[in-house]
Amino acid sequence: MKIRAFFIVLLVSLALASSVFARSHSANKEAAPAPIVRERDADSMRIEGEKRFHANCGRCHAAPQKFPPRMMATVLRHMRVRATVTEDDQRLILFYMTQ
Amino acid sequence: MGVSLSYQSAKRVGIDLQKSVQHTAAAFLATVMLACAALPQTTESDKPVPILTGNVGTFSFVTGGHNLVDTQINPVLLVPLGDRWLIEARAEFEGQFQRPADGGPYGGPVSKHIDYAQVDYVANRYVTITAGRFLTPFGIFNERLYPVWIRFLQPDPLILPLRTAPSDGALLRGGFSVSPEANMNYALYVSATSIGIGSVDSERHVGGRMGCFFPGPRLEVGGSWQRTLQDYRNHAFGFHMGWQPTQAPLSIRAEYAHAFEGIGYWAEGAYRLSQAHFWRKAMRRTELVARGQQFFVGAIGADADANLGLPTAETREADFGVNYFLRDGLKGIASYGRQFSSAGNFNQWSFGVAYRFLVPLGHVAEPGEAQ
Repeated sequence: MKIRAFFIVLLVSLALASSVFARSHSANKEAAPAPIVRERDADSMRIEGEKRFHANCGRCHAAPQKFPPRMMATVLRHMRVRATVTEDDQRLILFYMTQ
Repeated sequence: MGVSLSYQSAKRVGIDLQKSVQHTAAAFLATVMLACAALPQTTESDKPVPILTGNVGTFSFVTGGHNLVDTQINPVLLVPLGDRWLIEARAEFEGQFQRPADGGPYGGPVSKHIDYAQVDYVANRYVTITAGRFLTPFGIFNERLYPVWIRFLQPDPLILPLRTAPSDGALLRGGFSVSPEANMNYALYVSATSIGIGSVDSERHVGGRMGCFFPGPRLEVGGSWQRTLQDYRNHAFGFHMGWQPTQAPLSIRAEYAHAFEGIGYWAEGAYRLSQAHFWRKAMRRTELVARGQQFFVGAIGADADANLGLPTAETREADFGVNYFLRDGLKGIASYGRQFSSAGNFNQWSFGVAYRFLVPLGHVAEPGEAQ
């Protein structure tokens, strides 16, 4: 019982701490120059997206075909959860898969 | 029957059928209703749309001379809400049919249950919060490699039932970059109840998994831990790895698990023949696969292991197979394996077809259509 309670408190604390950390991180990012990826042109983003697509998606399954953007957005949100794909990878893969 | 079902690791053997049918129907109806409620919100062209995906498969498993026809459909419903929410659920409808010993037509049980029905909230770049019934993140096979269109070989790994029963509770997880060369991922969970041994027990446990993925060499390594909060209050731990070298169309995976119920490991590899210089069209669709594994009975004893779908004696197994990708999401499979155990050695063959479907539940623009 104690362990379960401790674990629940730990989960909640971690969630709150991450929110604070993420907020400060994004604030720092806003103050800093725009991320490199934003400065790249579409071709560079596509190349980077393809690279991350093969690195991430190939961990589990064969490369799927491209689907319409609204479907890909849902699939990638699912993969963000299921396969713990990072936020940057999600964005770049979505860009690559919808171009 | 027993041999064949244990060969399939008797997927979720402890599920009570009647309860399961009720839960399946109720949970799936609830998620479908939520999906319908979400539809009007997804009118903008760039918003994610609810989708129904999943896989269908039909396989013939010949184990020690006994044929089992396994037909299954695993629909997955994905309902995105706003920018940060996702409702997801997966059901499993599976029929396992055999010819009776005295002849006659094939017959057998049809099981139905919900593998997961969860609500996810992407809180920030580091944390996603999940509540509901979720797949227990112990190792990687259960969560990521289980669907029939993904797995290299259709027979389950021997250690799959170890600590992978669905959890009911809360889960924190996330994946983030710690450097350009490495991504960390983690999962921390607490389960209030879980379908356990004999389908009537519930189980409380806490656990976690942590992994590190190196995108350059495409290498992932990680470990899992779980502690039950009742009965023996025992610990379990495991390790996993996956590697897809960039120089060759090869994929290697492995898992090790150490639990009260047993100890075991598996390692498998798949090689796509896309580098072959003959019959290129056919070769690039062909994948050769192999798996080796071993299992040792744990302190829980052979009878309890049998209830969990685990082998009842020390077991070694080798499997070899070929997958042929007919088109995206559709593949034919064939494999041969031999199991060595003090309970008896036997051959196991499998043949079949697996298909992944994906259907939008709302309007989507076709690729190339103006947004």
